Amino acid sequence: MSEEQIRSLERQFEARIARDEKIEPKDWMPEKYRQTHIRQMSQHAHSEIVGMLPEANWITRAPSLRRKVALLAKVQDEAGHGLYLYSAAETLGISREEMYEQLHTGKAKYSSIFNYPTLTWADMGAIGWLVDGAAIINQVPLCNTSFGPYARAMVRVCKEESFHQRQGYEIMLKLCNGTPEQKDMAQDALNRWWWPSLMMLGPTDEASVHTEQSMKWKLKRKTNDELRQQFIDQTVPQADILGLTIPDPDLKWNEERGSYDFGVINWDEFWQVVKGHGPMNKERMKARVNAWEGGEWVRDAAMAFAEKQRERREKQVV
Amino acid sequence: MKKNWPLWEIFVRSKNGLEHRHFGSLHAADAEMALENARDVYTRRNEGVSIWVVESKHITASNPEHNGELFEPAQDKVYRHPTFYDLPDEVKHM
Ligand SMILES: [Fe+2]
Ligand SMILES: [Fe+2]
Repeated sequence: MSEEQIRSLERQFEARIARDEKIEPKDWMPEKYRQTHIRQMSQHAHSEIVGMLPEANWITRAPSLRRKVALLAKVQDEAGHGLYLYSAAETLGISREEMYEQLHTGKAKYSSIFNYPTLTWADMGAIGWLVDGAAIINQVPLCNTSFGPYARAMVRVCKEESFHQRQGYEIMLKLCNGTPEQKDMAQDALNRWWWPSLMMLGPTDEASVHTEQSMKWKLKRKTNDELRQQFIDQTVPQADILGLTIPDPDLKWNEERGSYDFGVINWDEFWQVVKGHGPMNKERMKARVNAWEGGEWVRDAAMAFAEKQRERREKQVV
Repeated sequence: MKKNWPLWEIFVRSKNGLEHRHFGSLHAADAEMALENARDVYTRRNEGVSIWVVESKHITASNPEHNGELFEPAQDKVYRHPTFYDLPDEVKHM
């Protein structure tokens, strides 16, 4: 194809998206669109999968059966989210094994928030409330994104997320209405998860490189800073109901803007964690690689069994 | 690792009276495992009463680049639609 032809195809393609048409896997698409989507969907999938680890840490120590079944169901949902997204990415021609390989070698990133440790039971509350809360803000606009399989996966994901946030908030509520020690535990969890949750919505607009293109392709509807402001504005009143203090002395309602002003985010910390130097990066990758390598014999055995069964059936037919 | 699990396409009937609809795909060693995994991945909240699985390689798909030849011939056949026929307003129930 000549460059002229490609440019013309690209123009038609952009016009389709502008008209709110969906792009499906076998449609012609610019190489950059394909690569960007493979990157974003696979990293999103990795985040869901790695995101199971901090919470799995508390399943066996949940304080009651009610909490245990809820947490177990939530973590199982996150596995499901990872699987929806991996298979959506596979429609663009990357294999599951390639994606795992990218995760395990550190070539692909996942959400930096999962590189923080879960020290107490209250962290299960804070994660559901804040981390799933921030994830919802990120994900809802993606239900209308231009790539069909991604949009469809996100519709399912978003339906499931609201239970995650509510179960987390309920944990916080219970602790805040409990003994002084329990309330301290909830405050401590908020203190540790607040800033990483703000960072989770991504670098500031000035530092963010993909925004313009992502807006065009409807991978983004609002900028990171807008999403962050939305998150803060909706979360502060929720903290008030809990009777907890957001760990930001500069947090203040701004009458004029109709929004909260907030303090400076420590972006050095964010980039350190992204680059692999967070408190749990090594631990998380070790757990993933162990699960993959330790499960290899099971995958092989299942495949050998399936092949044997098939051969047996074929013989019977003869 | 000897051989990767193949990919399966998953179709779910959400309730009797409705058709099976494509829900997504997953990897499994065989059809039985694909059914079990589909139950866990796609119907955790009673989204279905029946599941079909088919190995992805068995699906033959039309090529969107040929959409012209394939679908355009239907476009100028307006006489396939009821509105093509002129009838007086007095005619009822038709
Ligand atoms: Fe999720
Ligand atoms: Fe979630």
